[in-house]
Amino acid sequence: MKDKVIEVNHLSKNFGENEVLKDIHFEVYSGEVVCIIGSSGSGKSTLLRCINLLETATTGEILYRGTDINTPGFSTTQYRTKLGMVFQQFNLFKNKTVLGNCTLGPIKVLKKSKEEARKTALKYLDVVGMADYIEAKPAQLSGGQQQRVAIARALCMEPDAILFDEPTSALDPETIGEVLKVMKELAKSGLTMLIVTHEMEFARDVSSRVVFMDNGIIAEENTPENIFTNPNNPRTREFLKRTLDK
Amino acid sequence: MSSEPSFFQISYNIFLQYWPMFLKGTIVTLILAIAGTLTGTVIGLLIGVVRTIPTHPHDSTFKKILLKILNIILTIYIEVFRGTPMIVQSMVIFYGVPILFGIKLGVFQAAYFIVSINTGAYMSEIVRGGILSIDKGQFEASSSIGMSHFQTMVNVVMPQVIRNILPATGNEFVINIKDTSVLNVIGVSELFFASKSIAGNNFKYFEVYLITSIIYLICTYSVTQLLRFAERRIEGRDSYTIHGSTTLTDSKFEIRPGRS
Ligand SMILES: Nc1ncnc2c1ncn2[C@@H]1O[C@H](COP(=O)(O)OP(=O)(O)OP(=O)(O)O)[C@@H](O)[C@H]1O
Ligand SMILES: [Mg+2]
Repeated sequence: MKDKVIEVNHLSKNFGENEVLKDIHFEVYSGEVVCIIGSSGSGKSTLLRCINLLETATTGEILYRGTDINTPGFSTTQYRTKLGMVFQQFNLFKNKTVLGNCTLGPIKVLKKSKEEARKTALKYLDVVGMADYIEAKPAQLSGGQQQRVAIARALCMEPDAILFDEPTSALDPETIGEVLKVMKELAKSGLTMLIVTHEMEFARDVSSRVVFMDNGIIAEENTPENIFTNPNNPRTREFLKRTLDK
Repeated sequence: MSSEPSFFQISYNIFLQYWPMFLKGTIVTLILAIAGTLTGTVIGLLIGVVRTIPTHPHDSTFKKILLKILNIILTIYIEVFRGTPMIVQSMVIFYGVPILFGIKLGVFQAAYFIVSINTGAYMSEIVRGGILSIDKGQFEASSSIGMSHFQTMVNVVMPQVIRNILPATGNEFVINIKDTSVLNVIGVSELFFASKSIAGNNFKYFEVYLITSIIYLICTYSVTQLLRFAERRIEGRDSYTIHGSTTLTDSKFEIRPGRS
């Protein structure tokens, strides 16, 4: 069995009265590409944000490589550097250039030298095809370009896994392809990825496992073949029928 | 030809006779406005940052209480200085500080202190607003790469805030050029004080204060134009260089996107 990178047990999350996640159990193994699908409001983003500590889970535990992240002495800063995050709205640092976006974390958090950080940044900007734009500011780039830089920024931290929250949902149809292509290559390279997506074709092609969320629970979890051709849960079937018919 | 000198001649003569006094007054006014605005902005930045420190449910009680007390003190400071006229603050501080703290303030020191602390109260609200208006995504992206709140503020948020509040800072500066005139009540020899002395000499109140108005107007107008120019400069290069090849670094070309 491969190493477990993340394990989530009995996780729940309430926003006031609203129980958004209900007793979630969930694991990600090293090298896996897990896609999370499900209708709007089912709690996909919230799950990702709880794992990344952008939200505090109401109850439950999160284990990183077997250690509870609430263990005294466990460094949440280090934990965060180990999990990259790519956002729907890119969230590039507006005051920094492409290069500055990619070197800030390595310099300030990983305490790398400027030279070393620059080298790493150029390497990953090349991977996402943005090495020619190092001087540009985010506002000068198209959505697809910004998202590719955001992916490079995450890669520059050399994380254990990257979480993607609908990375292509804010993009024009023409630029979705360039971002998905980069993500496919990353998947092939063996990066551990946890992806919330509405791109069903992409999920079918790249995932090692697909998780279907419905109303705050994981309703079904299976190989892409099984989920897309032969779903067990009637809710999954219904969701896929609705989504794929569009 | 009438034997009476015309209004313009009188004004012109007053200016010729007293220009060194007008100049001195103008310089004091500008120095106070510049120094007070800069110091006030620094005060505002510091307070704005302190007032937006987030608290998490799992923070220590000590930190929560400390922040709460600090916030109360800062709120009182802001409300008091925004809620009272600077002319009254001048009197209270200039005559009160020696009584309460036993420190004899020089007139200029007192003036600098009053303008700074007053500007600080306004700027801290502007800065706070500026920080709150920064997209939440900037903070989230920053913490997702492991940066602390402090690192986020220094490297990501404050550079954007400073740029955004530049117009408001310029506005404060212009206000301060005019409002330092109230400091004449404690005897600061700024432009209004100088004008009062001149008019007291020759009793030509209208002519003297007309000259004074023109000087104020020239100062505020030039500053406004200067700031506008600075803002445009700071908007920054709207072009960037594409390095066409990583091996041939001189094969660059410039792109000027249509949108800014
Ligand atoms: N900060 C918040 N405060 C209150 N309620 C929230 C908050 N964030 C999310 N919610 C609620 O939690 C539920 C789940 O939201 P979430 O964003 O996780 O859904 P999602 O599956 O990512 O949906 P989408 O596909 O639209 O992104 C929604 O009902 C939403 O209204
Ligand atoms: Mg979402």
